[in-house]
Amino acid sequence: MSTTRTSPLRVATDGWVVAKRNVIKIKRVPEILVFVLLSPIMFVLLFAYVFGGAIDAGAGLDYKEFLIGGIFAQTVVFGATFTGAGLAEDMQKGIIDRFRSLPMSRSAVLVGRTTSDIIYNVLSLIIMALTGLLVGWRIREGVLDALAAFALLILFAYAISWVMGYIGLLVPSVEVINNASFLVIMPLTFVSNAFVPLESFPDGLRTVVEWNPVSAVTQAVRELFGNTSAAVPVPDAWSMQNPVLYTLLWVVGILIVFVPLSVRQYRIASSR
Amino acid sequence: MSDMIRATGLVKRYKNTTALAGLDLVVPEGTVLGLLGPNGAGKTTAVRILATLLRPDEGSAEVAGVDVLADPMGVRSRIGLSGQYAAVDEHLTGFENLEMVGRLYGMSRQKASTRARDLLDRFDLVDAGDRPSKTYSGGMRRRLDLAGALVAEPPVLILDEPTTGLDPRSRQQMWTVIRDLVSDGTTLLLTTQYLEEADLLADDIVVIDHGKAIARGTADELKSQTGGERIEVVVADVARLDDAARALVGVAHGEVQADPARRSVTTAVEGDGAGRLMQVLQALRDDGVELLDVGLRRPTLDDVFLTLTGRAAEDDATAPKTETEKEVRS
Repeated sequence: MSTTRTSPLRVATDGWVVAKRNVIKIKRVPEILVFVLLSPIMFVLLFAYVFGGAIDAGAGLDYKEFLIGGIFAQTVVFGATFTGAGLAEDMQKGIIDRFRSLPMSRSAVLVGRTTSDIIYNVLSLIIMALTGLLVGWRIREGVLDALAAFALLILFAYAISWVMGYIGLLVPSVEVINNASFLVIMPLTFVSNAFVPLESFPDGLRTVVEWNPVSAVTQAVRELFGNTSAAVPVPDAWSMQNPVLYTLLWVVGILIVFVPLSVRQYRIASSR
Repeated sequence: MSDMIRATGLVKRYKNTTALAGLDLVVPEGTVLGLLGPNGAGKTTAVRILATLLRPDEGSAEVAGVDVLADPMGVRSRIGLSGQYAAVDEHLTGFENLEMVGRLYGMSRQKASTRARDLLDRFDLVDAGDRPSKTYSGGMRRRLDLAGALVAEPPVLILDEPTTGLDPRSRQQMWTVIRDLVSDGTTLLLTTQYLEEADLLADDIVVIDHGKAIARGTADELKSQTGGERIEVVVADVARLDDAARALVGVAHGEVQADPARRSVTTAVEGDGAGRLMQVLQALRDDGVELLDVGLRRPTLDDVFLTLTGRAAEDDATAPKTETEKEVRS
């Protein structure tokens, strides 16, 4: 169809209406949330107690302290699968035909989905933070720094949501989305400094790790929470020296690429 | 504006099939057009193109004076679409579904909410209005879906097989609802697999097959073309089938079809169906042919297809099996 531009205000109100619909579903089927929120708890406990003894975070730094920032970053990336699965599911339902036959903003279904998934990310961050506090993680900088760290995680999660949303529109069914997104998520989170210190990677791979956006988010929140040690120097790479800025650049870059791409894919996928 | 829907030369091809092969449709304002055809004839494809959900490969279409290709948004604000598969969100209540649709039409919260309550009332869904729609019966879901199509009081309504899969009682209810709508002056395009439904609801009927119109006209015109009412006789002894067929030849308008598997012979009759039936019964009694069943029935889509194309409608779901039929020339 030829493009009929809708005003940004219309995109926002339509997106909000769709987001509300998604939230109602979470309210009606709370089981969905229970299991996705349990997995971060599992990750915290697994890594803290299974690998905690084996991995040396660096001089004077407790592994659990080191770990939580990484788990935060990993969980918001994993959580984006939720967006992909939600969209893939939507596309198979008759409701998409209703949406498409209405004079609503074309991107509202995507805006609504990524917006409602922010709620999920906020909830999982709260649960993880509480679990972290229980196993010995502490916020050692100011409240504002801590809030900035959470805000950065949410922003990053929002951007990754659009990537996974795009994948959700590409795959033919919900069953495929988990496997498809794991292909992206596993290397992205494991080839990073989220679980093991940067120094432990071999030289060639270390450069990849240094410029991996997940490493930047992890580094940024570790610094903002004060979970670093003077004995472990920050690598010289620009991305690691300016992790907040580098993360924000990724957020903007991802949105610039994946918002139009997803809207286009939505149009193709829904007019089959 | 006298024609609310005008489609010219619509063509839609998929990899291995041609869904539409040059379909023309015209629906004058305030009238109902029934698009009649079996599964796979191209009905839903035509509907999706008119509702801007699909782009045709060739041809053009206007709905309420707005070009579907040039201004799909304009079309969307002037149509209400209710599809074959109820487009409702099962986790939302009936009220929430309708309110959401209203909001997405750009209504204020207040107006969307009032409109939703009105529609629930009108479609006999008040009691169920605050329950998630997944608890609804099939008929209730369809009514809710139809209500969704009416939220913005669109001048043009497009209903894609509104009663397919419904039990007889729900189907009756749906028909009543649709007739009320039509009497309010809404222009309606309705697709159906049932001649009875098109007959009951539509002013004009277009019969389509393989993406093309194969007949057009009012229900009466179509029925006179296809021979009106049918007499069907089922004999007790299959050996007497030919005798029964001979008895029918005398009243037949067109061919007599014999189906040995069902031990039945059928033919179309013209004019006084009941009188013809008595004639046939008398002849059969005189001849001593024992009967299991006998009846006068209105033509089905299958009968229309047999007459128009010389073959059965290619839909195994709704049409009776006819492969075993052999023809007895009159």
